[in-house]
Amino acid sequence: MNLDDYRGVWVFIEQNNQKIEGVSLELLGAGRRLADKLMVPLAGFLLGSGVKPLASQVIAYGADEVYMIDHPVLKQYRTESYMKGVMLLAQKYMPEIILYGATPNGKDLASAVATDLVTGLTADTTMLDADLDSRLLEASRPAFGGNIMATILCKKHRPQMATVRPKVMKALEPDSSRLGKIIEENITLQEEDMRTKVLQIVNDVTKKTNLADAHVIVCGGKGMGDIQNFQLIHEFAETIGASVGGTRDVVEAGWLPHEQQIGQTGETVTPKIYFAIGISGAIQHVVGMKNSELIIAINKDPNAPIFDVATYGIVGDALEIVPKLIEQFERLKNEKGGEISYA
Amino acid sequence: MHIVVCVKQVPDTKIIKINPKTNTLDRRSAPAILNPYDAHAVQEAVKIRKKTGGTISVLSMGPPQATAVIKKSIEIGADRGYLITDRAFAGADTLATSYALSKALERIGKEIPVDMVICGKHAIDGDTGQVGPGIARRLDIPPITNVIEVTEVNQQENTVLMKRKLSNGYELIQTELPCLMTVEKEINNIEYSPLPNMIKAARYEPIIWAVSDLENVDRTQLGLKGSPTIVGKMFTPPRPEGGKRIEGTADEQVKQLMDILLESKDLFTLQASN
Repeated sequence: MNLDDYRGVWVFIEQNNQKIEGVSLELLGAGRRLADKLMVPLAGFLLGSGVKPLASQVIAYGADEVYMIDHPVLKQYRTESYMKGVMLLAQKYMPEIILYGATPNGKDLASAVATDLVTGLTADTTMLDADLDSRLLEASRPAFGGNIMATILCKKHRPQMATVRPKVMKALEPDSSRLGKIIEENITLQEEDMRTKVLQIVNDVTKKTNLADAHVIVCGGKGMGDIQNFQLIHEFAETIGASVGGTRDVVEAGWLPHEQQIGQTGETVTPKIYFAIGISGAIQHVVGMKNSELIIAINKDPNAPIFDVATYGIVGDALEIVPKLIEQFERLKNEKGGEISYA
Repeated sequence: MHIVVCVKQVPDTKIIKINPKTNTLDRRSAPAILNPYDAHAVQEAVKIRKKTGGTISVLSMGPPQATAVIKKSIEIGADRGYLITDRAFAGADTLATSYALSKALERIGKEIPVDMVICGKHAIDGDTGQVGPGIARRLDIPPITNVIEVTEVNQQENTVLMKRKLSNGYELIQTELPCLMTVEKEINNIEYSPLPNMIKAARYEPIIWAVSDLENVDRTQLGLKGSPTIVGKMFTPPRPEGGKRIEGTADEQVKQLMDILLESKDLFTLQASN
């Protein structure tokens, strides 16, 4: 393998029903920075059925090129059909870096492609950089349960691949005047050859969007002590009309279902207001919430790392502070005669 | 029906400590456990076997003491277990791991053909979720990741129907046997192990294979040598300066916080409902 034969930064454009996933636009933003640093073009690659109209959006968000395979068999994501498409593109055009969103489908696809291309893949990256001299992708992620970051390198294989957590990178402002090149490829796929069929897709947004789209989140940690005390988190959230989240420890202790876990192996959230209560602030948690607009931390330990990312920190006993906060908000609601809503 | 469940011994990350001088994992500080997702994988195999009959094998790669997670799997209900252990496997990343496990699966399949491989969604020490799909590609069987329900196994038609978790819901998928699935925790509850299983587990001696027991192995694809990725550096991210501390008694702190929140008009407005 001659490493110098590989050039360019590519981003997998994940789409569902002809709508591009947010993480793909974020990755175009991150990929733009890497491509500029390595002085190569940035490309988005797009697979699906009837996805041609999406190419202009990919360019507006920062791509110089769009590689596209439009085929009826690609209507729904399936590992086997999609990986065939990616293999075809990657082997023909030989990019040096390929980034995927760390979504269920993005992770599934990248894992399969890495095996067939015999190359390295870094999972759930939260920081990306590249070095012009070595042309190495520096993909960093929380490691060992999340109190430390590890930078993973792939020195001798190409393309260098990584999946990247949603809502960690920033998308560029779309610029519809940007110009780019669209390259279409044909692929031979037969529905009869597909071993896997998608019979039905059920959008069950009740659990998820609760957190992902929440305006205000009250998140509790192991510092609440036990499941009885954790009721205060629910009570406070209900008072102010917020969604409830928990740390990995809280979910593993069974105080909350996994859907409500915030952090590296749970949800990444970006609410307007984030209350971190009884949370020490392990890196694996912080990567899931640090982009929230206003972060208020309440913790007994003045040295807890959560205070480093908090906009406002209260050193104190949550069991004393939270009931007082509930009382204050209840009084406000009574005075104004209404419910709390968010602008 | 022959189901093989791939399991991993992991340090309990809830208790793990990092040596601040070397930035490496202090493995002695954490007890080794069966990866929790893999426990659900074994449990799901037990559930499937109740309907289809057949055999459950578990397969693990790791140091000799990883026999403990095989015994644990027997306790949950597996019939037999294999451990592949060899210095040549050491330092494997996900690509080299899926290669080694697929070679072991080929050998297991020679004894009894494999109908289904089940893995946990990911291991809690690496959190990658890449080994399962890697094994499926190497065996050329369909990978179905993030499974939350095995709806139906149809042995006549050689198909399996299952629900796969997506970002915003789930999809109902039908695939052919043999296949590989990786499972989420919500797929089942770990049941209390019956006493005969516990007794069997205590006495069970897993089958142990070294590289030389596997066939057609390309040694350059094993362990550190076969791993394209390496850890470049470990670091603690620079601590941001942090925000403002709200000082005082609890009452004073709460009052200040209320003032801050009520003044953050762009974030927060209190509206009367009437």
